Amino acid sequence: MLTMNRKDILTFGLLALAVFTMPIWLAPFGASYPDLLQRFMIYAILAIGFNILFGLTGYLSFGHAAFLGVGSYTAVWSFKLFTMDGTLALLLSVITAGLFALVVGFISLRRSGIYFSILTLAFAEMSYKLAYSVLTPITNGETGLQLTLQDPRILDRMFGEAGAGLPATTFLGLDMGGYTGFYICAVIMLMAFFLSMRIAGSPFGMMLKGIKSNQTRMNYTGFNTKPYALAAFVISGMYAGLAGGLLAVADPLAGAERMQWTASGEVVLMTILGGVGTLLGPVFGAWIIKYFENIFSAFNDDLLAQIFSWMPDGLRDFVVTITSPFVGEGWHLTLGLVFVLVVVFLPGGMMEGFRRLGDLFRRQTPPDKASGKTSTQPAE
Amino acid sequence: MDAIFLQFLNGLDKGGAYALIALGLTLVFGTLGVVNFAHGALFMLGAFCAVTVRRFLTMESVTLSATEKTPWGTALEVRVPYINTWFGDFGNVLVDYSVPISILVAIPVMLIVGVVMERGLIKHFYKRTHAEQILVTFGLAIVLQEIVKAIFGANPLPQPMPSSMNGAADIGLWLGMDPNILTYPWWRLVYFLFSVVVIGAVFAFLQFTTFGMVVRAGMADRETVGLLGINIDKRFTIMFGIAAVVAGMAGAMYTPLLPPNFHIGMDFLVLSFVVVVVGGMGSLPGAVLAGFLLGILQSFASMNEIKAIIPGIDQVIIYLVAVVVLLAMPRGLLGRRGVMEN
Repeated sequence: MLTMNRKDILTFGLLALAVFTMPIWLAPFGASYPDLLQRFMIYAILAIGFNILFGLTGYLSFGHAAFLGVGSYTAVWSFKLFTMDGTLALLLSVITAGLFALVVGFISLRRSGIYFSILTLAFAEMSYKLAYSVLTPITNGETGLQLTLQDPRILDRMFGEAGAGLPATTFLGLDMGGYTGFYICAVIMLMAFFLSMRIAGSPFGMMLKGIKSNQTRMNYTGFNTKPYALAAFVISGMYAGLAGGLLAVADPLAGAERMQWTASGEVVLMTILGGVGTLLGPVFGAWIIKYFENIFSAFNDDLLAQIFSWMPDGLRDFVVTITSPFVGEGWHLTLGLVFVLVVVFLPGGMMEGFRRLGDLFRRQTPPDKASGKTSTQPAE
Repeated sequence: MDAIFLQFLNGLDKGGAYALIALGLTLVFGTLGVVNFAHGALFMLGAFCAVTVRRFLTMESVTLSATEKTPWGTALEVRVPYINTWFGDFGNVLVDYSVPISILVAIPVMLIVGVVMERGLIKHFYKRTHAEQILVTFGLAIVLQEIVKAIFGANPLPQPMPSSMNGAADIGLWLGMDPNILTYPWWRLVYFLFSVVVIGAVFAFLQFTTFGMVVRAGMADRETVGLLGINIDKRFTIMFGIAAVVAGMAGAMYTPLLPPNFHIGMDFLVLSFVVVVVGGMGSLPGAVLAGFLLGILQSFASMNEIKAIIPGIDQVIIYLVAVVVLLAMPRGLLGRRGVMEN
């Protein structure tokens, strides 16, 4: 904490403030229900982790969802075998995802560039396909892994009898439902963010940035870059495992579709949309995309008509017809368009947008000051 | 022996589709240096060209019959396809052959789509990093996919093959075996031959025409060709259009084998990318070779005898091969020296 500069502390404090007050300031946007807020936090963790690999180290992985899926499966198995408390589940899912990432990363990192992307994609697709076919005893195939009444739950049974019905998940004894669940996720997300901030500022983080900007030169100066890249890959995989575990803690169910390559693509979209390589960018990107997914997709023609009810009738019908393909079922269309526009015009994502806006205002202020100064100067 | 030969044949049509898409991807990469994730969407657009053509051909005029009544007492609706009123019985033939006919439509449509796409979006991404190219084309693919979904719905739309192509060809008989030992569906055979013809045409075009020669020169050294006063950008744009046409034709002809839906392109794209990388980035023969090779391997892996030994191998064989090839041969099977080697 002592070595942190002022700006970092300020950023972290503001983010914490924004996160903890989310149920209040998101209410006007219709997004303040705990279930969605939890997902905001969880996917933010995923995007933060992905950013350590893609943003800092410059390796574009197209198979990150595999670690999310592995994390989810591990957590659900932990619920089934040991205890309904989320702490053990999270610990196990982070470890499992880390080990899996170690194996995948060790092989994939022998190549870079597009070959690395294809290799990670190949591993993720293999996990996805196997989860649906051969690994059905572990993953329960298309149905998805669920809790059952027959689960052993060794640790829970040691301390008490199994009650009737399926038990709910807890975290350190706290119930995961409602806003408690959100605040638990929020605290974990802030911890994850803090860690990523520390990583980015550390000598290790500098090394990763060096790998991104010029790996060959790093090698020539005598650094063996491979262990650093692998470490970044494993850390990033552990973040994904943590997110997957949290998904299972929030809702004890794991399905293979979490590992599909479209899910990996979504993480990439979040990071790009927010701003690659920035600390806050991925978090914002994850929030925006999850918000669109949940709120935009729920829109229908009636709701649109309500929104545009202040317009004259004919114009309103026209506007509703125009906008309806972009919401509801078609929200992916909006997502795709926004994404194309961002990559074309704002390669740095939302964070670059903020910076440009900031510059705009800053550029306006100096002339004001200058003119102010000149006017106050006494005429001679 | 027969079983092995049969699996070999089974792999050919899928291999043909992989090879066609991979060929287009490689053409785009070799000429423009752009990694095009929207190429699968072009395949999908081609498939929906076939769907649209069939819809147009089967449009019907509805008239209320003056004399006949339905059992409910209302006037009977008489539906007559326009095509029959115009062409008579020949109209039925046209409807029957809607999929091959749709190629005639797919060629100009895809050429326009390709050129518009290149001029409108891709052209701004020549100098950007591969990661950004992947991302923007990925976004474009989502947009195209969603537009098709909005128009045609999310369900697969089965397309019938021409009725004379139903059934299977008795290949064993041709090779002097007993009848009905080695049979192969006619349409798959047609698809394989079609892919061979298209691949041959693309190679001949590049090899034997002046235009193709200039394009090959541009692939080797774009700057020098530009300095010689040749508008290489224009030619590359046309090559992008041709790649789109190849993908579109591949998609249109594939519809009887696999009912198209809006994400058929993405399903093929991921595999085709693996195919391209296995064949070697930038190598056209490599793409074709790897396409057929992986199609045939996949078909062998789905044999019950092999699945009994290694369960689940049919699901992952392509990716497994890709991992092995990428780690053992940095350039892929036939990749050129110096093209994206690291």
